[in-house]
Amino acid sequence: MAVIQVERKPLTLAERTYLPQVLAGLWTTWKRLLGPRVTLEYPEQRPQIPPGYRGVPTLVKDPNGREKCVSCQLCEFVCPPKAIRITPGEIPADSPAAHVEKAPREFEINMLRCIYCGLCQEVCPEEAIWLQDLYTLSGYSRGELVHNKERLYELGGTLPDRHLKWDRKRAAAERGNAH
Amino acid sequence: MIAFWNSLPHIVQLLVKGLAVICVIFPIAGASSMAERKVSAWIQGRFGPNRAIVPWFAWVPFLGRWLQRLGVFNLLADGGKLLFKEDPLPGHVRKFFYMIAPLVAIVPAFTTVTVVPFGGYVDAAGRTVPLMLANVDVGILTVFAVASLGIYSMILAGWASNSKYPFLGSLRASAQLVSYELSMTLSVIPVFLWINSPGSAGSLSLANVVEFQALPGFWGGLWFIFLMPVSALIFLVALFAETNRLPFDMIESEADLVGGFHTEYGSFKWSLFFVAEYSHMLVGSGVFVLLFFGGWNPLPWLPLAQVLAGLQHLTGWSLWMNPFLMGAVSIVIFLAKVLFMIFFFMWVRWTVPRFRYDQVMRIGWRMLLPLALANLIVIMAVIAFLQAPA
Repeated sequence: MAVIQVERKPLTLAERTYLPQVLAGLWTTWKRLLGPRVTLEYPEQRPQIPPGYRGVPTLVKDPNGREKCVSCQLCEFVCPPKAIRITPGEIPADSPAAHVEKAPREFEINMLRCIYCGLCQEVCPEEAIWLQDLYTLSGYSRGELVHNKERLYELGGTLPDRHLKWDRKRAAAERGNAH
Repeated sequence: MIAFWNSLPHIVQLLVKGLAVICVIFPIAGASSMAERKVSAWIQGRFGPNRAIVPWFAWVPFLGRWLQRLGVFNLLADGGKLLFKEDPLPGHVRKFFYMIAPLVAIVPAFTTVTVVPFGGYVDAAGRTVPLMLANVDVGILTVFAVASLGIYSMILAGWASNSKYPFLGSLRASAQLVSYELSMTLSVIPVFLWINSPGSAGSLSLANVVEFQALPGFWGGLWFIFLMPVSALIFLVALFAETNRLPFDMIESEADLVGGFHTEYGSFKWSLFFVAEYSHMLVGSGVFVLLFFGGWNPLPWLPLAQVLAGLQHLTGWSLWMNPFLMGAVSIVIFLAKVLFMIFFFMWVRWTVPRFRYDQVMRIGWRMLLPLALANLIVIMAVIAFLQAPA
């Protein structure tokens, strides 16, 4: 059954005048004319962003307000366009999060380089960097589009965290079974 | 007021009338471009242009918003843009002809309006007086003769542009217009055979045709589209071809010729071509309405004069038969019909794809022309039979 020969019927007289077809077409377009509009009027109406959308990368805090990033720099290593620059820093001993030991002193994502691949989110062991639903990014200067730590947290906000990994670790250490 | 008007020199009266008509046609032609965008948008399930607004209008509660959604201000912005943007003169064109081509387009387009009546009233003596710039006996011939002069602008533009696509477009234009002009002329002959009887003074005036569609009796009140549907169909199809509208827009065909003859034109010169095209459409629709759709009579078997007389009888106001009112009503009815035809042009444009060039030629020469000839012969025979001395 390789080739099916289809018989091509000659056009009828009505078809050769084009008129029935044109009239049928006019009827179709008339229905469309009165039909619903499908345009999304953008600035006023926003599209529904599906979950898992890879928008602008952001840094998030855990529900206790602790910054989740521990400046392990895995994202910096994995970033294909080298858009991420992290300056690691230590957490002072008097901080409530002193048991985490490390946090970024500065965290920069150059949005002019970012390709929204999401590898940083995938590689992050702390679930600290998230590509969220922000899809309209613009700025008046190049400097404005290099997001610093403050801006990244402002965009990221707080995400629910069921693990609270570091608090559990401290609790375990206090109970005596560190690992 | 009327006395003052009559005291003006004849030439001034004509000038004022002509300018008044142009002042109506130009905005309608412009508005048609916006209507085109809106109709295409609606058919495609979009809203079309609806953003531009002048701040003062934004303060008007509902009207401003409505006008904005209708795209009226987009139209104004568009016109302003075309007026003020730089008018480029490409280095490779033949400058003189390149410059005059848009004028050659717009002059015939506006000239044809002179012989197209757009309304009528009954004067004190009971005669129907058509509202038109020049009630000449060669009416329809003038329309055909002058309208086909418009093709020179396309040939001129295509040749003067000195570039391949415009040249191809203008070649197609000339071939297409020659092919369809024949059928178009043949299709209106039956109408004029019908209204002119041998022995009497004949006339090709379009106003006459309207009068003949407002006669008493079953056959008298019938519009010619019902009396001669084949003629009307041929005329309509040829009209689409003559005005270069889809499905016959071989001349512009954006897909394969960029823009046809006006590819090398920009800003105001281009918009002149545009206005000329829409004026052709307006005049063409007007002629179609006059010939086949009863002109300014509201319905078949219901001439305007009869409707207004009936209203006068019902309400008891003598105002209804006032020539001014009657003239105004007739113009409104006529314009409504013409605008519907313009809508029909757009409706068809966004429905039917473009014919291939060989299809255009085949339809023109092998279908429409024989059909027009057969139609002419049949109606001639019928007229001869009806008017034969018993």
